[in-house]
Amino acid sequence: MMNMQHIRKTLSFWLALLAAGLLAFAGAAQAGVKIQHWQTASGSEVYFVENHDLPIVDLSVNFAAGSVRDTAEKSGVAGITRYLMTLGAAGMSDEKISNKMADVGAILGGDFDADRAGFKLRTLSSEREKAQALEVFTKILQQPDFPESVLEREKARIISSLQESATQPESISSKAFMTALYGSHPYSLDGDGEVDTVAKIKRDDLQNFYKQYYGAKGAVVAIIGDLTREQASAIAENVTGGLPKASAISPIPAVALPTKPVEQRISHPASQSHILLGYPGIKRGDPDLFPLYVGNYVLGGGGFVSRLTEEVREKRGLVYSVYSYFMPMAEAGPFQIGLQTKKDQAEDALKLVRETLDKFIKGGITETELKAAKANIIGGFPMRIDSNSKILDYLAVIGFYKLPLNYLDEYNSNVEKVTVAQIKDAFSRRLKPENFVTVIVGDPAAK
Amino acid sequence: MRTKSFLILLLIMPLTAFANTVIQEFKLDNGLKLVVQEDHRSPVVVSQVWYRAGSLDEVNGKTGVAHVLEHMMFKGTKQVKAGQFSRLIAAAGGKENAFTSTDYTCYFQQLEKSHLPLSFKLEADRMANLQLTDEEFAKEIKVVMEERRWRTDDKPQSKVSEAFQATVYHAHPYSRPVIGYMNDLENMTAADAREWYHNWYAPNNATVVVVGDVKAQEVYALAKEHFGKLKAKVLPERKPQVEPEQTGERRIVVKAPAKLPYLLMGYHVPPLMNPETDWEPYALEVLAGVLSGNPAARLNQRLVRETQIAVDASAGYDLMARGRQSIFALDATPSEGKTVAELETALLQQVESIKQSGVTAEELDRVKAGVIAADVYKRDSMFYQGMQIGTIETIGFPWKILDDYPNKLRAVTPEQVQAVANKYLLKDNLTIATLDPQPIDPNAKPQGKPHVH
Repeated sequence: MMNMQHIRKTLSFWLALLAAGLLAFAGAAQAGVKIQHWQTASGSEVYFVENHDLPIVDLSVNFAAGSVRDTAEKSGVAGITRYLMTLGAAGMSDEKISNKMADVGAILGGDFDADRAGFKLRTLSSEREKAQALEVFTKILQQPDFPESVLEREKARIISSLQESATQPESISSKAFMTALYGSHPYSLDGDGEVDTVAKIKRDDLQNFYKQYYGAKGAVVAIIGDLTREQASAIAENVTGGLPKASAISPIPAVALPTKPVEQRISHPASQSHILLGYPGIKRGDPDLFPLYVGNYVLGGGGFVSRLTEEVREKRGLVYSVYSYFMPMAEAGPFQIGLQTKKDQAEDALKLVRETLDKFIKGGITETELKAAKANIIGGFPMRIDSNSKILDYLAVIGFYKLPLNYLDEYNSNVEKVTVAQIKDAFSRRLKPENFVTVIVGDPAAK
Repeated sequence: MRTKSFLILLLIMPLTAFANTVIQEFKLDNGLKLVVQEDHRSPVVVSQVWYRAGSLDEVNGKTGVAHVLEHMMFKGTKQVKAGQFSRLIAAAGGKENAFTSTDYTCYFQQLEKSHLPLSFKLEADRMANLQLTDEEFAKEIKVVMEERRWRTDDKPQSKVSEAFQATVYHAHPYSRPVIGYMNDLENMTAADAREWYHNWYAPNNATVVVVGDVKAQEVYALAKEHFGKLKAKVLPERKPQVEPEQTGERRIVVKAPAKLPYLLMGYHVPPLMNPETDWEPYALEVLAGVLSGNPAARLNQRLVRETQIAVDASAGYDLMARGRQSIFALDATPSEGKTVAELETALLQQVESIKQSGVTAEELDRVKAGVIAADVYKRDSMFYQGMQIGTIETIGFPWKILDDYPNKLRAVTPEQVQAVANKYLLKDNLTIATLDPQPIDPNAKPQGKPHVH
């Protein structure tokens, strides 16, 4: 509180990093990171980087068990399954699990999004600490108890949080945006569920979800740190050996493109309007990925030097943050532009954003802009792989989306190959502003 | 707040555990301090310039000027025109940003190691040659007002924090928000920003921290080349500012559109004053860890998991403060059907329990295990290691105190933890702020339906 910090460009900066990281991750490693890949006896895919610089082991185990596996009727099951696994396993209570981890200084973490449910562990590599942390971690994955009382408690907490979110403009806008963008596609589902669906979730739902989606086959194990290949192999066998024998997981349905524009205005007493615009974007491995990624750097991904920031913030002072990004997913993830501005200037800001986008799509970018974008993306490569925790996330993305192991070798050259003409062509084919979804929370027209 | 005690533990980790960590410090003739930590794991470098100027140094009517100046630092010099700073760093593949707190303003770049000279050249230039034009100021002050709306005015818990600070401190400048009051931003002029820049931006009020795949002597030579020619200034006198003793409980209520109430309470406690002889700040640090250092620590375990009176609860304490004032804070959100009054009673019971019965050796060991591990984990982030050095130097202690930090924490006994609780966590020394949630606009369409039990 005392050191509450005020960062100059928080939102766009971090979102740009996020978008860049997810893409570029898949690009970086071989230039300095040697990835070893093999399968466990149970059919899990292991991606390992041996690194003895620090006495640390980082590990993640990833399943195709994100919120896309939910149904509208039971929205929230996927996320609660992942979460409850960490709160009771092999007879250990949540308290016992937390204490056993804390006693050895281990950190249990995880990721959850529409595609993926992941578990992360960071531990010291010394024998006692590592053994205890891995023992608990393995039980969480293989013997979750889903205790009834913990489920009821956590459901109440999640419902409280959903009710709070329903009053806050940022969460209202992102939820309305995803609903309007994806309609009946499961990407529209909120990973936290809905108040009435979470209330109905039963222990059976979690157990069934676990048996169906937490199979060893296809699970992705990422490991980096102070281990030999033999040690890493033994760990991978242990953490995946006792996972359920799940049947094959069905593919995610394709995303339908909107055929008409949607504009949703929601009143809210906040001083600012929160504005989101967008369209379904791209999948992992999409041939347009590099032209769109490099082009978006110029449009709204490049923090301070993007066109949106220049026009909306730097020239006119209308916003603190304006950004755009593509989030490539298993199926077409969102392309999104976002900003917040004082209500009485919201219409002007929105008009300016639309003009900037329109000019970008129709006119493309200049050679100078392309050169600057490439210089940043390629020149920034070393910073994308400068820590074990960053490389761990790369390994998981490469494994989960089945990107080729040499994808990273080719990453910089793929960026280098992008031309002005390809960017113009890709944007005009892939984004149809006339059919965009627009959400404005804090409608300036409402009283 | 929620992650605070954890962050604080990380912040003060020692630098000694592994021999390959080398830190060297240098002082230029103009008073600029340079601290270099060599880390050869990756061919990258983090460069940070820390100014000993934050909201702590502001005066009434000009709140927020430290942060406004931070924004203006990207608006050009005689040689580098507005916006070019960011473009030059981007062209080198770099990332850059800046942040302002009560105690400091920090500017940083992360670059491939061969680009460190670019960072020094640009930072040295804007340390002395900033062009603060009325035109650029007029645009940027609007950006900062949007930032305030986004960060504070429309965020209920931020409004509670702001009101809490203004209540817990009556005389000390920590009472004022770093972002500044809207009225002060509306009335701020380019002249105010120029005055601030003139007063505080000088080599003898700055510390440059470099972490990365560099050689310390070469960085020193580079610093002399770029920063060496800048002239030292006579800095304004910093008057001691001491908060008068609190002599009775204080309460404040904030109304804002929200669903859940929120409770934030805190006691005045000492920060680190003398790193050699103090023990109380370390005991307070351990106390925060026992209350909320991990998911099974007391507040979460007892209030969220067992009695389920709260959906969230945590404790935090910051022993590093240039203003030499600190707060031991507790915050929590009540569960559905529970009141803030019930929650307050429950939190105070947890405090009382430690005052009466102390803490167990097991709890202490657990906090210490976290400290030891965090000391290793932090070495995976060059940026974070730079943050530690820069913060401590700017707050007015030598970075070398990091060496002793783990031993100071290991030395804390259960009796000492109980003693600081009994000495400082007193009703007359307590401030309590609550959020009274208000319905949002009746025309709004919140997602989801109301929950009915």
